[in-house]
Amino acid sequence: MAQAKYRLHNPLAPYLFLSPFLFIIGVFFVYPLLQSINLAFHQTFGPGFQHFVFLDNFLNLLHDPLFWKALRNTLTYAVATLFLQIPMALGLALLLNQPWVRGRVFLRLIFFSPALVGPVFVGFMSTLVFAGRVGLLNRVLNWLFGFNPDYAWLQNHVMGALIIAGLWMYVGFNMIFFLAALQNVDGDLLDAARIDGAKAWQRFIHVVLPSIRPVFGFVVLLSLIGSFQLFELPFVLLNQSPGPDNQGLTIVMYLYQNGFEIGDLGYASAIGWVLAVILIVPTAFQRFYFGRKEEN
Amino acid sequence: MATLLLGFFALVTLLPFIWMVCGSFKESEDFLEALFLPQGSGLFGIGWDRLTLDNYREIFTNERADIFNAGMNSVLLASLTSLLATLAAAMGGYALAKFKFRLRKPITALVLLTLLIPPPLLLAPTYQLLYWLHLLDTYAGLILPAAAPAFGVFLFRQAILNAISNDIIDAARIDGCGEARIFFSIILPLVRPMIGAFLMITFLAMWNNFITPQVILQTPENFPLAVAIVRLQEAFNYQEYGISTAATLFSIAPIACLFLLLQREYLSGLTSGAVKG
Repeated sequence: MAQAKYRLHNPLAPYLFLSPFLFIIGVFFVYPLLQSINLAFHQTFGPGFQHFVFLDNFLNLLHDPLFWKALRNTLTYAVATLFLQIPMALGLALLLNQPWVRGRVFLRLIFFSPALVGPVFVGFMSTLVFAGRVGLLNRVLNWLFGFNPDYAWLQNHVMGALIIAGLWMYVGFNMIFFLAALQNVDGDLLDAARIDGAKAWQRFIHVVLPSIRPVFGFVVLLSLIGSFQLFELPFVLLNQSPGPDNQGLTIVMYLYQNGFEIGDLGYASAIGWVLAVILIVPTAFQRFYFGRKEEN
Repeated sequence: MATLLLGFFALVTLLPFIWMVCGSFKESEDFLEALFLPQGSGLFGIGWDRLTLDNYREIFTNERADIFNAGMNSVLLASLTSLLATLAAAMGGYALAKFKFRLRKPITALVLLTLLIPPPLLLAPTYQLLYWLHLLDTYAGLILPAAAPAFGVFLFRQAILNAISNDIIDAARIDGCGEARIFFSIILPLVRPMIGAFLMITFLAMWNNFITPQVILQTPENFPLAVAIVRLQEAFNYQEYGISTAATLFSIAPIACLFLLLQREYLSGLTSGAVKG
């Protein structure tokens, strides 16, 4: 690209346009980010008093059974999300993309609607849906299969309840991305494959899947990043607690407990950094990979 | 077969909503008795006369659970934040897309770095910073950190790069148009779909945000819905199902309306980062 020798605009103009963003990002991102490093080497008692402990926070984390429990729970949820949510979302998008489907726009709206309801409100709804006796789930199961109407899901199957609530909330959300990608698949290529005698599943494997691969990667990483930051859903579902035997304790909930119930912002920051290190590779891959795609 | 499957999924998706709408009009006793609407002698064998508006009256008037007031707080917080954030993001995105200046590369890198950091990491240091700035328990402490999202700068940068040619801007400059006027009367109208999408994205994010107001706010009168509804649960000892369902529906209805208005922009804005179309 040829560079202009002189500028038509005032050289200060771009800085003026950027000034609100730069001011806020400096005060409320760059500074807290640096301070989080500093805090991770301190123990604090509330926001006002801190005491240098060097690496103790990280060493304590290594031997903290609750932290490992939180990590294990979060991982379980993330894996379930990946292997249940993504195939269901893709399947739903494939179904909805069939040419004979009527009311596609309307159905898309229905499937997407739970994603608009924030995790807090879904958590709140879930306390009602999973409740014994009056809850929707037990009522329906009892009506269909004579299932025990008093069964206490939130005592025995916290993770199951979380995964079901997560499915309800995010399958339609992920479907939107797959549907948009499917509508960009080259129709001529599909027709050519059909004429060459490729069966439906062969067309799916050899034509559809390769052309939606970037979106597939995007959705997988987005779900992974989101799953690792799970907090509101279990927190509200379990009445602001990690649930019986800490079955619903997640990494971010443990961060919250330490920082804002116990008051140790240092330990909370150390947990935050472990989370950041776990997520930095998938996030960087997602941003970098798709950032590069868009430049073309 | 496939139609059945689609129908089944649609039903499963909608069932909790339908159940809650029915529940919000029921007395507590009927909650136990009927899955949807209570039986009776009225039309379709439903006891219409047993339905009640008490649950809604309760959430609008009860002192212990001022859900209506919380709704107003949420509207105020979400609208202010989304307006400020969208303006800042559009301005920043425009500068990064259409100007050549020395700090362009480092600032773009900063935007990308911001996107790499999981927000929970900043929770503790931001809390400490707000404590030092005496902004705890204020709306400023909630709105300011959310008023310049890097994600928005990134989205607007892409939208402006794709939608607007440099020639239009240079032509306007040669005609003596000022920089502010170029931005407001040429750039903004050309990226209107992105403005709609991003207003919706930020409004939704603030409306549904729980962890930040939960940590920062202390005065119950200032709570937005996300926090108030959890306190409501406590106030009624997790027993008042009718009131709970009414409060939940009241919390998600405004979002549903807004979505119906802006759905096309919102959905295309959402997927534009992932799908090149």
